[in-house]
Amino acid sequence: MLTYTLRRLLIAIPTLLFISFVIFLLLDLAPGDPMSQVPLTVPPDVREKMRIALGADQPMAVRYVLWLKQFFWVEPAHWMNATFGTHFAEGQQRILSWQSRSPVFDIIAQRIPQTLTVIGSSYVLGVLIALPIGIYSAYRKYSWFDQLGTFIAMVGFSVPTFFTGIVLIVVFSVKLGWFPSIYDTTLRVTDWSSFWMQVRQMAMPVTVLALYNAAQISRYMRSAMLENLGQDYVRTARAKGLSERVVVLKHVLRNSLIPVVTVIALGIPTIFGGAIITEQVFKVNGLGQLLITAIHGSDIPMVQTLTFIFAVLIVLFNLIADILYGILDPRIRYD
Amino acid sequence: MTDVTSAASPPRSQWRDVWLQFRRHKGALVGGMVFLALIALVVIGPWIWQVETNPARLIRQRNQGMSLAHPLGTDQLGRDLLGRMIQGGKVSIAVGLVAMLIAIFIGTTVGVVAGYFRRLDGALMRVTDLFLALPLLPLLLVMVLLFRDTLSGLMGPEVGTFLLIVGAIGVTSWMQTARIVRGEVLALKEREFVLAARSIGTPPFRMILRHVLPNIVSPIMVSATLGIAGAIITESALSFLGLGFPPDFPTWGRLLYEGIDYLQQFPGRVIWPGIAISLTVLSVNYIGDGLRDALDPRARGR
Repeated sequence: MLTYTLRRLLIAIPTLLFISFVIFLLLDLAPGDPMSQVPLTVPPDVREKMRIALGADQPMAVRYVLWLKQFFWVEPAHWMNATFGTHFAEGQQRILSWQSRSPVFDIIAQRIPQTLTVIGSSYVLGVLIALPIGIYSAYRKYSWFDQLGTFIAMVGFSVPTFFTGIVLIVVFSVKLGWFPSIYDTTLRVTDWSSFWMQVRQMAMPVTVLALYNAAQISRYMRSAMLENLGQDYVRTARAKGLSERVVVLKHVLRNSLIPVVTVIALGIPTIFGGAIITEQVFKVNGLGQLLITAIHGSDIPMVQTLTFIFAVLIVLFNLIADILYGILDPRIRYD
Repeated sequence: MTDVTSAASPPRSQWRDVWLQFRRHKGALVGGMVFLALIALVVIGPWIWQVETNPARLIRQRNQGMSLAHPLGTDQLGRDLLGRMIQGGKVSIAVGLVAMLIAIFIGTTVGVVAGYFRRLDGALMRVTDLFLALPLLPLLLVMVLLFRDTLSGLMGPEVGTFLLIVGAIGVTSWMQTARIVRGEVLALKEREFVLAARSIGTPPFRMILRHVLPNIVSPIMVSATLGIAGAIITESALSFLGLGFPPDFPTWGRLLYEGIDYLQQFPGRVIWPGIAISLTVLSVNYIGDGLRDALDPRARGR
């Protein structure tokens, strides 16, 4: 298991290098100019100096290696300094956003809490909804509950999240006025009334994403349960006289959760991608919204870093899912 | 004896069996009818539903509600919403179909080559894994942003954007097909009829066309239907984020995006395109579900 993990980690390094290079190449073709937001009254020679100051005049290979150094060495060093008070990589330039001229990672650190509260809680809620539904629809296969669950799941992943979000806004914000349609990130939870405010503004985005995630996970849960319910060990457990409750919720559920847990782990990075749209609908200024504004403003360092972070998350959670699978299911041997 | 065999029921074709099984899946049947109806609407619609194009007359009828003359009302420039929905549907469905064709073509080629030629297997599957690790939506956004102006300049805004979006979606959604096809080809290669064909000296290319491809049509068809649904959703998501087709060129996603500004006064402008997208994707997903059951010989006849 350990050798397998180490080997996978070693393979991940060239994979990530290649992905970062692809992203860099793609962005290098961008017609966007870091000076496009500088007023036209600034003379051309000053513009040129500003471009040089940003490092935009260097050849591509130099900028790529510089970016790699900043991402893998300077930024972690800065993080160490901030956390443990050390003095690594002092005075070295960090990755700067072309839009705001401040370090990219500082802006990302400001945005992460919003994304994690909204997207994270919706994923947890989605999983909590999906598991019981999946278990019960498999146990009562082809019952009205199962049919209804299948239909809702089908609708759940067919209807795009931006449409469900807008329908919720029309019904609950415009018509009924129950929830605010815009997420207010300046809100600080200090007492019960501000906590209630936070719950209200989170209600709609969380519902949208939770439904979407629950639709998919409940299907996986159902098919995993169905596969196990027909197994011989279930008949044995029943023949021993165990109660249905113990048979289903202990024997079958534990075995069925193995593939589902890996699916849940695999889904974590994709929720960041899906969050781009939901954050746009509800005006949550999280990571997705940061990416969109950076793309529109052709802020190349920001787009590069964010996209690469998404790629790292995908590779990381793929690895976690595979390792989890090996730990949970002793029949799987990677060596 | 020969009379008895000829008098027995005629040989049943595989596709007849598939159709009989498909017909028993209620959702798939309804989905198929809805999808055909939608295609008929957007293809025949423009001839039946004539829209006013004179801007001077259009501006006088702006922001109207539902009426007999304008069943879905008109927008802020007086354009008939039903007419724009029909126009937009044509583009949205065309994007879905063409992007699916591209993805299926790349996916099948990669899958067959990887499964059939053992030497290329490792390299091609490594590439597939790399593509699966890419954050697709951010990359799609970046690709559209980068190449939109260049391609629009080369081929005009409509054709350029269409090719760009279709190509970008196709290039980023072939990986699942490639994996499924490779698995099927690997299993197929061990069968006796392939060995027999090889023993009489069939060259690889003809082997693939005559013996391999016809036997992996079913999984390809299923992933093709699911590919249409995915492509339609991706296109409307791009349009919704403002990185899709130009404003005068409506698609359902674009109409929805434009309607958001008038969400409070005229929610219908958002709801109708949204329903159209959801209905199309839902019907296509149901068709895919039904096809999967119908094309699986183990599930057939149950």
